[in-house]
Amino acid sequence: MKNFLNIIIVSFALVFSTSSFANKIGVIYDSGGKFDKSFNELAYRTALKVKDELGFGMIEFEAANNTQIEQGMRKVADRGATLIVGMGFAQADAVAAVAPDYPDTKFVAVDVCWLEDPASNIYQACYKEHEGSFLVGMIAAMKSASGKIGFVGGMDIPLIRKFQGGYEQGAQFVNPNIEVFANMTGTTVEAWNNPTKGAELTKAQIDKGADVVYQAAGGTGIGVLQAAADAGVFSIGVDANQNWMHPGSVLTSMLKRLDLTIYEQAEKSAAGTFESGIHILGLAEGGLGYAMDENNKGLIAPAMIAQVEQAKAGIISGAIAVEDWSQQ
Amino acid sequence: MEFMSDIVSLLSATLRISTPLIFAAMAGLFAERSGVIDFGLEGKMLAAAFVAATGAYFLGSPWFGLILAIVCCVSLSLLHGFASVTHKGDQVVSCVAINILMIGLTTALAAAWFGEEGLTPTLNDDQRFFEINLPFADALRPIPILGTIYSDIISGHYIFVYIAYILVPIVYWVVFKTSFGLRLRAVGENPSAVDTAGIGVYATRYKALMINGVLVAFAGAYLSTAINANFFREMSAGRGYLALAALIFGKWHPKTALLACLLFGFTDALQIRLQGVELPIIGVIPVQFIQAIPYVLTVVLLAGFVGKAIAPRAIGQPYIKEG
Repeated sequence: MKNFLNIIIVSFALVFSTSSFANKIGVIYDSGGKFDKSFNELAYRTALKVKDELGFGMIEFEAANNTQIEQGMRKVADRGATLIVGMGFAQADAVAAVAPDYPDTKFVAVDVCWLEDPASNIYQACYKEHEGSFLVGMIAAMKSASGKIGFVGGMDIPLIRKFQGGYEQGAQFVNPNIEVFANMTGTTVEAWNNPTKGAELTKAQIDKGADVVYQAAGGTGIGVLQAAADAGVFSIGVDANQNWMHPGSVLTSMLKRLDLTIYEQAEKSAAGTFESGIHILGLAEGGLGYAMDENNKGLIAPAMIAQVEQAKAGIISGAIAVEDWSQQ
Repeated sequence: MEFMSDIVSLLSATLRISTPLIFAAMAGLFAERSGVIDFGLEGKMLAAAFVAATGAYFLGSPWFGLILAIVCCVSLSLLHGFASVTHKGDQVVSCVAINILMIGLTTALAAAWFGEEGLTPTLNDDQRFFEINLPFADALRPIPILGTIYSDIISGHYIFVYIAYILVPIVYWVVFKTSFGLRLRAVGENPSAVDTAGIGVYATRYKALMINGVLVAFAGAYLSTAINANFFREMSAGRGYLALAALIFGKWHPKTALLACLLFGFTDALQIRLQGVELPIIGVIPVQFIQAIPYVLTVVLLAGFVGKAIAPRAIGQPYIKEG
């Protein structure tokens, strides 16, 4: 009985404390699902961290289709979110429509960097994915024994061409004769969530001789990594650190540090120092990276890392120019 | 030589991709031949995928997962039968209800049991099916052509693939050569005549639906415990509808339905391999065009070559006993 009372008291305390949070982070996920082990899940984990470490409240919204995004975003704003994170380019229109109506709410738009911002409350973050992909492309080419590597993209959009372009250029930087097979999963949003198709694309590339496969395909990528692990070849994860998913098979992961962006803006919005504007984050800004941890320690030799770090310094200094294929 | 290995990889992928379609099409064949529309293949496949992955995860063997998936799909088929055979409800509505319910239920249950919406934990090697190498595959490989066909195209698939291709002649035999098959077809064509002859229309339809449940469970389990190592939200991705299309395309006959499934599988495997390939004169074909090939081909074949597909006469009509 006493326990029961305690539970009631605690739950009341919780209810009141949620409503009394000074700051609340609202996250609106992109297609592919919250648990895609990649892009969306990274935002989710960061929001959890913001909640635990900065004492924010947390609201989430997952749209069943893109037409619901704007409505969902308004609902999240109405429920008192002080910082709203819109994940993915598909939310650009919604952010543009909602942000001016809620001038006191701050917005972080990930993968969006072309909006007008009349209320000056949008932090727009784009990443130079081609620079990060260049580095993992180098690792892929150095690791490949067959001289053939693969790339599996999600939906066929300019953003994903950026990943592909950087990867191919990085691979050719190491080995000019390298052969790169590139496939896109589809042309609709369903392409972010079709692991069976991702696995099939990967198998086709492995049949052609690829022994390292890089994926930039959201939830579809889970199938890519699985197929590579099943066939005993290497794969490269994307956005979040995916090295842990198949230790020994996942060579490294191309990190897109949207976690740092979101966390930093949460901190700033709480401190009142949030700054709107368009931010293009590259290697120089620490917006990208490649994951090294105990899961892939044995896979990448120190000599390879040295070469990659050298190229990284070259990209930052401007000595190596990486072309952005999304502009083509 | 490279050309040869491309062909081998293409044909091997065709067998692999067609497999879930074949199971579902054969499942649909039993239901539809008995006069019950089965639009619910999609939802049942999804449910089977979820149950198989969950069962394999908790019980430690993919076979237990498969058995649970069969139990689940047979129950869903019986539910469909209860609504549309016993209570004479609209068959399409009952199927759509199953499809929508399964999309929501699998996502919600995954969230409740594993804390991740629409995703089950990754299965380890003991909890999954693996590719089987047929006997003498390595020894026979050096034989030109025949060796390659046996060792590289036919060998090295999951057990489901072999079951699927053995299944088709069995289905043919059951439907066209046994007395049960005769009753099944008669019930789908002219139920009142069958009733007059003293054969239970409802019982026959229920039997057909139970077989339907067993077969479609294999398709779902194949997706989540063989080619993938977990269940994903909406992972059936329209394969149930595609299988139904193959069944209609194949005029409700196992042999032609098999060919239709193989055609769908082949075009899918082909479009994967055509992406980014430079063809002589034309150059690189845009992805969007290549991905439309399976559908364009279907429309062309359906309009030009297949001719009129005639459904079982009593399909979609609940049987109301006179009296």
